[in-house]
Amino acid sequence: MSAVIEEHHDHHDHKPTGIGRWLFSTNHKDIGTMYLWFSFIMFFIGGALALVIRAELFEPGLQFVEPELFNQLTTLHGLIMVFGVIMPAFVGLANWMIPMMIGAPDMALPRMNNWSFWLLPGAFGLLIASLVMSLMGMGSAPNFGWTFYAPLSTTYGPASTDYFIFSVHMMGISSIMGAINIIATIMNMRAPGMTYMKMPIFVWTWFITAYLLIAVMPVLAGVVTMMLTDRHFGTSFFNAAGGGDPVLFQHVFWFFGHPEVYIMILPSFGIISQIVPTFARKKIFGYSSMVYATASIAFLSFIVWAHHMFTTGMPVAGELFFMYATMLIAVPTGVKVFNWVSTMWRGSLSFETPMLFAIAFIFLFTIGGFTGLMLCIVPADFQYHDTYFVVAHFHYVLVTGAAFGIMAGVYYWIPKWTGNMYDETLGKWHFWLSVISVNVLFFPMHFLGLAGMPRRIPDYSLQFAEFNAVASIGAFVFGFTQLIFLYNVIKTARGKTSVKATSQVWEGAEGLEWTLPSPAPFHSFTTPPQVK
Amino acid sequence: MSVHPKQNTGGDANKKIIVWLMAIVIGMFGFGFALVPLYNVFCSVTGLNGKTGGQIALPAVLNVDTSREITVEFVATLNENMPWSFYPDVRSVKVHPGEPTRISFYAKNNTNEKIIGQAIPSVAPGLAATYFHKTECFCFTEQTLQAGEEKHMPVVFIIDSDIPKDVNVLTLSYTFFIKPGSEAAVSLAHNSKHQEL
Repeated sequence: MSAVIEEHHDHHDHKPTGIGRWLFSTNHKDIGTMYLWFSFIMFFIGGALALVIRAELFEPGLQFVEPELFNQLTTLHGLIMVFGVIMPAFVGLANWMIPMMIGAPDMALPRMNNWSFWLLPGAFGLLIASLVMSLMGMGSAPNFGWTFYAPLSTTYGPASTDYFIFSVHMMGISSIMGAINIIATIMNMRAPGMTYMKMPIFVWTWFITAYLLIAVMPVLAGVVTMMLTDRHFGTSFFNAAGGGDPVLFQHVFWFFGHPEVYIMILPSFGIISQIVPTFARKKIFGYSSMVYATASIAFLSFIVWAHHMFTTGMPVAGELFFMYATMLIAVPTGVKVFNWVSTMWRGSLSFETPMLFAIAFIFLFTIGGFTGLMLCIVPADFQYHDTYFVVAHFHYVLVTGAAFGIMAGVYYWIPKWTGNMYDETLGKWHFWLSVISVNVLFFPMHFLGLAGMPRRIPDYSLQFAEFNAVASIGAFVFGFTQLIFLYNVIKTARGKTSVKATSQVWEGAEGLEWTLPSPAPFHSFTTPPQVK
Repeated sequence: MSVHPKQNTGGDANKKIIVWLMAIVIGMFGFGFALVPLYNVFCSVTGLNGKTGGQIALPAVLNVDTSREITVEFVATLNENMPWSFYPDVRSVKVHPGEPTRISFYAKNNTNEKIIGQAIPSVAPGLAATYFHKTECFCFTEQTLQAGEEKHMPVVFIIDSDIPKDVNVLTLSYTFFIKPGSEAAVSLAHNSKHQEL
């Protein structure tokens, strides 16, 4: 064993070359890079679908797409953004940063790491193939929304639903393996002296997220398996004619689905908790309350699922329980928001691009949180249910929440990854255009929803025309602004920016990852650092 | 190079974690399926989703509460593709709690092939479902109608005298489905898919 390690040590920064470096990679940084690029490509595909949707909704009437295709676009947009963009981006950031943050040489299970990444192109190849075939006139792509409610996806699902089921199975296996790897890494590979309560918050949030993934991805696998047997093997889990119940589908789905929405936000909380102290040049306010708040949110996420189903005819007792349990989540979330604000309070603030995105995150995610509180009030939800108000709510938490968190993280860590400082001017352009256009895009949707515009429709009544036109303009500006981000990332990765990054990169940055040179060497911490 | 005991780079410590986490994964996969019977038990105990119970025997002693009168309305629905006529013979009746009442529904097969159907009952308001008992119902078994056949199908029900005071109107609804997997179900589903293309 020691001979192998010794030998490895000699070729300290030796990288495999050619396509094999990526296909057979067991290196956490290379795999992290692949996850991030995969997510970035999916972001533009999912975004392109969103722009077709917004083009269709620019004015009333049917312009570009037929209702059948519109349904497929909303479905694929949702699935790609949730499973193909946000989740892989988080796993990519975890791969890159967790070993460096805890002083480990690599992930605990590097070969499984390779496998969990390479399942994803297969999964999304299948899913996107169904849309390509639909555009070529061969059947329909999945058209039942990303929530695939039965019986839309069982009795009435198109033939490509089986592609979707298999694709979800593969994504699930990928996520579960990724989560096992992250838990094993955090539990076994921490540098000497790095106790749990000394771990960076990003590591903590991912630790808890990984447990959520382990707990609920199997439930998702179970629900699509039930769909599969309902469709082809004569079972009646969700078929009332055979003694099943379509409402049961919603219970099982949301038992997965609600923890899933926290899977999509907790790592962003972690990123923001790294960035705010750096640019406030202060330690994070209330470290342990941050950890406990994250754990409380994770626990509560398991007992609130039916707030997605208030209009299914639940009894009042159930509605009250789920309403109060949901409101309770505002408490730990509020703890986090106040901790971030307190960290900034009397700090020596500077406003580089990562900090701008972090502040926008805090402000805009809180708006999304408040509309979530409005939605959890049962009598109000009866009005808001399935309207654009819901669309506005979850885009505030997912775009200006999760996605802004990821963008902040990319700007924050890319000098460490590439050794080059990104172009700050372009970063600022990207930020300001994004933050303005994203509000032009999603804020009017609140009013549309309150006025009664239903979601998931290709056409609408005339009174909704103005706000929809405004939202569509915001969508196009926001969409094309992301090309600045792409350009900036490529420019930085290729070393075309003028400034080289130092080891510490940011003046106020603290933590093990900033003790490594920039760019981070292919193998980090072959000798574990000592944490005091 | 020495590896600090705290920093295991593989081996037993990882194996132990993998075994534990895989056990959770398999357990949660099973839990997803366990939700199906749990949901059904939960609903039949509490009557949450309006599901009515199975057949009961007519009680030997009837506890009729003549001081109250409850209106029971009947709704008949056909699931998509079901080519029958189906409606209640009376739209509503007024009954005393505890009093057995006999009503009937009419069904006719409008096609020239045999069709096996299954009726699924539901009671609104859902919380009253546990107080709604049936001693006889065409929904307890499959109903087979030959080509062009028609029949009147009886239901005998008793409303429990313990039913909450605020319930004055009950709706009993039946939806008739083609029995899944039967020949008619396959051929009708095939026809409707054909129309879509």
